[in-house]
Formats: sequence, structure tokens, C-alpha cells
Amino acid sequence: MNSGLNFIYGHLPYWLFIILMLSGLFIVVSRGNLIKKIVGLNIFQTSVFMFYISIGKMKGGTAPILLDKSANNSAVIYSNPLPHVLILTAIVVGIATTALGLALIIKIREEYETVEEDDIQKLDQNDLEKYNKKNVMETNS
Amino acid sequence: MASEIKQGALELVNHLPILQVITPMLIAPILVVFNNKTLSWLLSFVGALACLFISILLIQAVSDGSILTYYLGGWAPPIGIEYRIDAANAILLLLISIISAIVLIFSYSSLHAEIPEEKHTLFYSCFLLCLTGLLGVVATADIFNVFVFLEISSLSTYVLVAQGAYLDRRALSASFNYLIMGTIGATFFVIGIGYIYMATGSLNMMDIAERASQLGDNRTIQAGFAFIVVGMGLKLAMVPLHVWLPNAYTFAPTVVTCFLAATATKVALYVLIRFVFSVFNYEDSFVNELFFLLLMPLAVIAMIAASVIAIFKQNLKKLLAYSSLAQIGYMLLGLSLMSQKGLASSLVHMVNHGFTKAALFMSLGAFMLNTKNVYIKSLRGLGKSMPFTSAAFLIGGLSLIGVPGTAGFISKWLLLEAALETGYWLVAILIIVSSLFAVIYIWKIVEVLYFSESSESYDEVSVLTLMPVWILALFCIFLGINTSLTVDVANMATEILFK
Repeated sequence: MNSGLNFIYGHLPYWLFIILMLSGLFIVVSRGNLIKKIVGLNIFQTSVFMFYISIGKMKGGTAPILLDKSANNSAVIYSNPLPHVLILTAIVVGIATTALGLALIIKIREEYETVEEDDIQKLDQNDLEKYNKKNVMETNS
Repeated sequence: MASEIKQGALELVNHLPILQVITPMLIAPILVVFNNKTLSWLLSFVGALACLFISILLIQAVSDGSILTYYLGGWAPPIGIEYRIDAANAILLLLISIISAIVLIFSYSSLHAEIPEEKHTLFYSCFLLCLTGLLGVVATADIFNVFVFLEISSLSTYVLVAQGAYLDRRALSASFNYLIMGTIGATFFVIGIGYIYMATGSLNMMDIAERASQLGDNRTIQAGFAFIVVGMGLKLAMVPLHVWLPNAYTFAPTVVTCFLAATATKVALYVLIRFVFSVFNYEDSFVNELFFLLLMPLAVIAMIAASVIAIFKQNLKKLLAYSSLAQIGYMLLGLSLMSQKGLASSLVHMVNHGFTKAALFMSLGAFMLNTKNVYIKSLRGLGKSMPFTSAAFLIGGLSLIGVPGTAGFISKWLLLEAALETGYWLVAILIIVSSLFAVIYIWKIVEVLYFSESSESYDEVSVLTLMPVWILALFCIFLGINTSLTVDVANMATEILFK
């Protein structure tokens, strides 16, 4: 029992990462509102950012800055900066994706006057039926 | 003086791997600055030709089995980013460059039918960024760099697909769905990279392979591999993860569909191949079981199910999109056989199918210039009024089926051989069954083109439109007769990958 608690507590950042990731993914899959989908996608991506940041962190580590050349710096514990830098790039990509997604939503709203996925599908279905009817009439005449 | 020039020329050769990627990237913003439709096209075309020239030089340099490496900023790996060109990616660089140049010729005469002229500059700019991303994914040997380039190409692809909205508003929702799915895929890929970095502390492919082999059976690396397979599965439209593809291909402008169908999914598949062979250990039982138990059944389902669905589609772009799913099944199958022959067939099919599908989509685009839509009934009797376009479509169709003398035959034959060599009789039979389905849906179109009367008559499209269509159709025949470019290079590539 105690070891089980330790297992959970010792991997706390990972549990948070998993919970955030799954809730983000769930929102993307389950919501029909396009804006909510984008929000879910953002939560999903943020969980990955947190995961990257946590793997670079050392217990008691400082920022990786060379303070004093004369002092014995090899003893200083510092966090690994590389995952943090990587995730800066991923954040930029995430922002670009969100911006593009929102721009598409604006366009969709202009064309369909709704941002609900079900309504959009219904409208598309109507278009298709209209098209088919027109063709049937053409072939009959 | 002469020696100096030679020195300079030699240096340029050393920089080819990076020039391949940054040439289109540098041209893209210049287009926006000038904001002139014709100039944009001209500059994009010159850029694509430069890429083509570079990729020909690269494939000549690596066709003897050597490997070109380039250190970005002079930083040696594993600290710096490394570009690494061998036979496996040189052939894909060549495919992407050729297709982009041909597609640009086609877009000069056809783009105005689908996109308003004031948007052309931005369209070409996006197209070049997409090209940059695809070339970058293929050229790099740094796994995080793969992600960055993948997202450069994906983001510009979403924009390009959405451009179809000027003709059909469904392009917007298609693009949005693609964005959601593509981003989930890319994020899974990043999680996979994170796991690998956690376990090995490196991002360079060769370095990871070395460090991972010392770790032995490691659960973190296996989880990372699983994430990467799912992420790339989304990007390459592996069957249960394919739902974005049919709509995206159907509603995108024809130029974009042509380019994507020929390159984008192949690049994602290449990433998967590269990870299996250069990053992970392909002999590892985990990798083998994953491919045997998961990817092979999925590939076979894709081959059969997507072909059956394609038979019933009335919209020809959608029909070809489903047939693309089936063809991706062939490529995945070749990979999941985990043999040298299987991988070679997969690589050859990537190139051959690239040309075949581009030829088919492009001739549809040429029909569309006249008929304004691509429903099967609007093509009635076009075999008579548009003989050249119809003939090109026929050649593409034959190559898709795999008739001897066309490109499709070579790769399907190799795949059959590979399946029989590994002893999967059932799989070999299913490959033939799937080809028979292809006969049905191609015949359906050919019948409408050649054997039905039309009420309307159209003029043949202009020579400038016909030229790129026929270049692709001739490639379909050429690659079916002369296999030295595809099969020999693919064999060389598999030897390097299986080393």
C-alpha cells in the first residue's frame, strides 16, 4: 500500500501529464463545437509541454548559467536546458496551429453561420441531396 | 585562379543537402514582397527547378552507396543538427522535386479556374513552404528537426486545402478536420520523441541508435516507438486513422491534391521507415511483433476495404482518394514484411504511385477545366472530344491497376515476390484481389469516357495544360520499362537501411 502511494507520489508530474493529456484528447473527440475542439487541442498540447519541462528538471537544480569561472562549477547541479528549448519551438508551432484553426473557424462561420459540427454536417448533407435531385431532374427531362 | 574556382565549386557541392531545403524557403517570402501573380509563378518554378537540379546532383552522389552529411552551422552531431543524405532519402527528394516542378507547370494554366487571381501570390508562397517542409523532413537526421519540418509542411498544407473553399465550402471543414487530426498526430510524435530523449539523452538518429542498443530492452523507448507509429499513422493515413484524407483530397484545389497525393503521405511513411531502421532496431522483437500483428493486418484491410469503397464513389476525386488509401496499404504491407525485398518494393511503390496518382489527379484537373466538376457522369464521351487528356488518364489508370509495361506493375510484382518469399500466400492472393478491384473502378471511368454518348462537346485543353499531364503519363510508362532509377536505387537504399 505504502509503496503504491510512493509510486503515485514519486511520479506526480507524469500523472498530471497523463490526466491533462487524456482530458484534452477527450474534449477534442467528444465536443461538437469547433472552438471547444481547439481548446481541447491546446490542453492536449500543453500537457506535452509540461512533460518536456518536467523531464529536464533536476531536484535542487538551478538555471544553467555559468556564474563564476574560477569557482568549481562542476559541482553545481543545473536543469537540462535542452528539453526547455525544444518545447519553445513546439509552443510556437502550437500557437501557429491554434491561430490557423481559429482563422478556419471564422471562415466556416462566414460560410455556414454555425460552428457546431453536427449542423455543418447537416448543411452539407442538404447540399448533396439538392445536387442529386437536380441531376435526377436533368436526366429525366 | 582555376583551382580557386574549383575549390568554390567543391564547397557548393558540400552544401547541397542544406541548399535543397532552404532554396524554396528563401523564395517564399520574396514572392510576398513582390506580390505579382506572374512573377510569383516564375520564381516558384525557378525554385522548383533549382530543387530538381540539386536533387539530381544528390542522387548521383549517393547512388554508389555513399552517404553525404552536413552539419548545420558547423556544429558536429550529436550536439548540432545533422543532415544526412543516402540512397533512401535521395530518391524521395528527387520524387518531391520532380512532382513540384510538374505541378507548378500545371498550375500556371489551371489555377485561375479554382482560386481568385489576387490570392495566387500567397498560394505559391504557401506551396513553397509546404515543399520546404517535405524536403526538410526527408533530408534531416535530427528527430526533433523532423517534427519542426513536418509541422511546417502540415500547416501550409491545411492552408492549401482550405483554398478549395472558393469552389466548395466543404473544403473548410475538410481542412479543419485535417488540422485537428494532423495536430494530434504531430503531438503524439513529439511525445514519442520526448520518451526517446528521456531514455537516451540524444536527438541525433545515429547517436540514438548507438545508445539505445546499449540500453537493451527498454520500456520507455518501446513506448516512444508506439507513440511515433500512431503519430505517423495519422499523418500517412494508415487505415483506422485515415478519416481526414478523402475529404481533404476531394475538396482541395486540384493542384494541391496532385501535389499532396504524390508526396505528403509518402514522406510520412518515409519517416516511419527511417525510425524503424535507423533509430530503432528492426531486429528487435517488439518492433517485429508490432509490425506483424498490427500494421500488416491494417495494411491488408486498407488494400481491400478502401478499394471496395472506391468502386461506389461517384465523385472521381473521392474515388481516387480512396484508391490512394489502398495504395498506402501496399506500401505499409511492403514495410511490414520486414524483409529486404519487402522494403525495396515499398520504396519503389512510393515513387511509382507518386507519379501514377499525380497523373490521374492532374488529368482529372484538366477535365475539370472544361466540365467544372468531377462527377463521373459529367465525363461522358470525353474520350472523343478530349482525346489527349483521356489517353493520359488511361495510362495512369493502367499503371494504378498494375498492367505490365507501366510503373505500377513493377512495384506490385516486387511486392508479390516479397510476400511469396516470406511465405504469406494469403497476403499475396489479397494483393491480386485488391488489384482486381482497381480494375473495376478504373474500368467504370474508362467506360464512361470512351463508350458512352455525350450531349455536350468540349474543346481539348491547351498545350500548356496537356504538357505536365503527359510528362507524368510518360513517367508512368518510362518507370515501367526502365527500372534502373527506381529498383536499383531502392535496392541500394535497403542495403544501407538493413546494415
